[in-house]
Amino acid sequence: MSTREWLLTEQPASRRQARAGQAYRTWIAFRQNRLAMFGLGIVLVLVLVALLAPWLAPQDPIVGGSLRTERLLPPSWQHLMGTDDQARDILSRIIYGSRITLLVVALVAVIATPIGLLVGTTAGYYGGWVDTVLMRITDIFLAFPRLILALAFVAALGPGIENAIIAIAITSWPPYARLARAETLTIRAADHIDAIRLQGAHSARIIWGHVVPLCLSSVIVRVTLDMAGIILTAAGLGFLGLGAQPPQPEWGAMIAGGRRFILDHWWVATMPGLAIFVVSLGFNFLGDGLRDVLDPKARK
Amino acid sequence: MASIANEEGRRGALPALAWKIVKILASVALTFLGLLLVTFMIGRVVPVDPVLAVVGDRASQSVYNRVFIELGLDKPLYEQFWIYLQKILSGDLGVSFLTKKPIIEDIARVFPATLELATVGILIGTILGIPLGVLAAVRQGRFTDQVVRVVGLIGYSAPIFWLGLLALLVFYARLHWVAGPGRIDISYEYSITSRTGLMLWDAAMQGQWDAFRNAFSHIILPASLLGYYSLAYISRMTRSFMLAELAQEYVITARVKGVAEWRIIWVHALRNAAVPLVTVVALSYAGLLEGSVLTETVFAWPGLGQYLTNSLQNSDMNAVLGGTLVIGAIFVGLNLLSDLLYTLLDPRVRRR
Repeated sequence: MSTREWLLTEQPASRRQARAGQAYRTWIAFRQNRLAMFGLGIVLVLVLVALLAPWLAPQDPIVGGSLRTERLLPPSWQHLMGTDDQARDILSRIIYGSRITLLVVALVAVIATPIGLLVGTTAGYYGGWVDTVLMRITDIFLAFPRLILALAFVAALGPGIENAIIAIAITSWPPYARLARAETLTIRAADHIDAIRLQGAHSARIIWGHVVPLCLSSVIVRVTLDMAGIILTAAGLGFLGLGAQPPQPEWGAMIAGGRRFILDHWWVATMPGLAIFVVSLGFNFLGDGLRDVLDPKARK
Repeated sequence: MASIANEEGRRGALPALAWKIVKILASVALTFLGLLLVTFMIGRVVPVDPVLAVVGDRASQSVYNRVFIELGLDKPLYEQFWIYLQKILSGDLGVSFLTKKPIIEDIARVFPATLELATVGILIGTILGIPLGVLAAVRQGRFTDQVVRVVGLIGYSAPIFWLGLLALLVFYARLHWVAGPGRIDISYEYSITSRTGLMLWDAAMQGQWDAFRNAFSHIILPASLLGYYSLAYISRMTRSFMLAELAQEYVITARVKGVAEWRIIWVHALRNAAVPLVTVVALSYAGLLEGSVLTETVFAWPGLGQYLTNSLQNSDMNAVLGGTLVIGAIFVGLNLLSDLLYTLLDPRVRRR
């Protein structure tokens, strides 16, 4: 029996086989979507570039070359994306900058997703006044435009990449909480949840062990779709000088650095913007594709 | 008999509608209170000592203590919040360290510029976005649909400040099609008497057409940029609403009756999609406020966004929180407006 047959069998012999088969079927459906595969490709390249940055970058991202001869050179074979006003190779800076972008995205996802899940499932599971209070708080955070709230938080906490990440995470969780609550409302009524409750399981155990796993796939889709927005918010904070501080090669801050001489040396601000654009496009394609595959309600 | 039943139905419906509106208003009031709580808490976690900001770091201990008490910092937190609440509700947002003026005056001065920019932006976004969305729905899955989708995805993926810089480079510096950063050329600055603060409106009312043309060539680029972002959202939502409408039975009925296809699409279906679209347009109008913070920075547009970023860069915390609160309040207000419009326009919601 080939691996493929083992995965696609109608009668899985174990729980592990059933799960693997399910994942494989999802993958087959996902593979059909060309744009989604393209997006996945971009994201994988981002991860690889971030991991291999020291080997890929032709030059040092922080210390530039000779200020007299290598400043603000246009793109050439020597410097594929040109050099900036500190005579640093822009391509090398973008390659190292991918680490910051990836760090922001990963940390925001790791911080905001559990908060959203916890608030949403708790509100949905208990209902009543717990639900009212938690959802009211969620609505208040949703009432602020995201960038503005993040701005205010960073202004209070002080600029820097860590505070930018915290601020973005604080403004990211409410949509996940909304979604998790809506999912929980349907899951709560399911028979298997009643059965678990009759066995005497504690509420916390039911929520964490049985409700959360069922909410996870739709929340993950939502987080993936949000990643482009997270990258853009982080870049916006960087552009305003509130994110990563110089000389760190953060893409948004690089655009701000090149802004002064955009009219004469266009490449300094254009190249990092291109990087942001490509990466967010990749996450958008990936999220769109994941939604089509994992969320049967959105499929048409 | 029928008329009596009708009468009763109407009488039953009105209190239900009123009740619904009361509920919406109450939830808005609560949300606004929450907004105030959030800005209050942000103001408390600032590492800058608010007393030192007033007295300077060379003040003696006794001066420090007096100001500490004057600012009410010795009172418990809930009491401080109560004082904060009273101040805000009476329109006192505090004084800006930077301009030395009450923040509410500063905001009233810069806000019309943002309003003008966002309004021109939303007009562009709506006028182009709705027909594009309708076209995409009608030609679903075909080339036009793909083009509209890609246009939208680019809008979702490109940083607005970056597109703004590129647009300045191309359309202003290279092609000379439009005027550069700022609201109007210096030579025209005093030819318009500011009545409403909306430059295009004031110029048109006073018949200053040269100034109008100049102001227009300044606003068109940033407004198109904001319009593009709202277009991405509006066209996407229009598409999905129209797809839902075109699948309805009344469309089939109309086709069977022999109604012209353009009439079915642009009159029958679009009118039914219009109710949720009002909500979408209101929400993207609010979204433009957010976009304006970055756009105004790039285009040196003297509006609320630039005021906010200027205050940020000078750590003028009072002004930052005041601006945040105003934008949050407008956001809540527009949400409220779209809720109310939805309730009033959709007969199904009204009846429930």
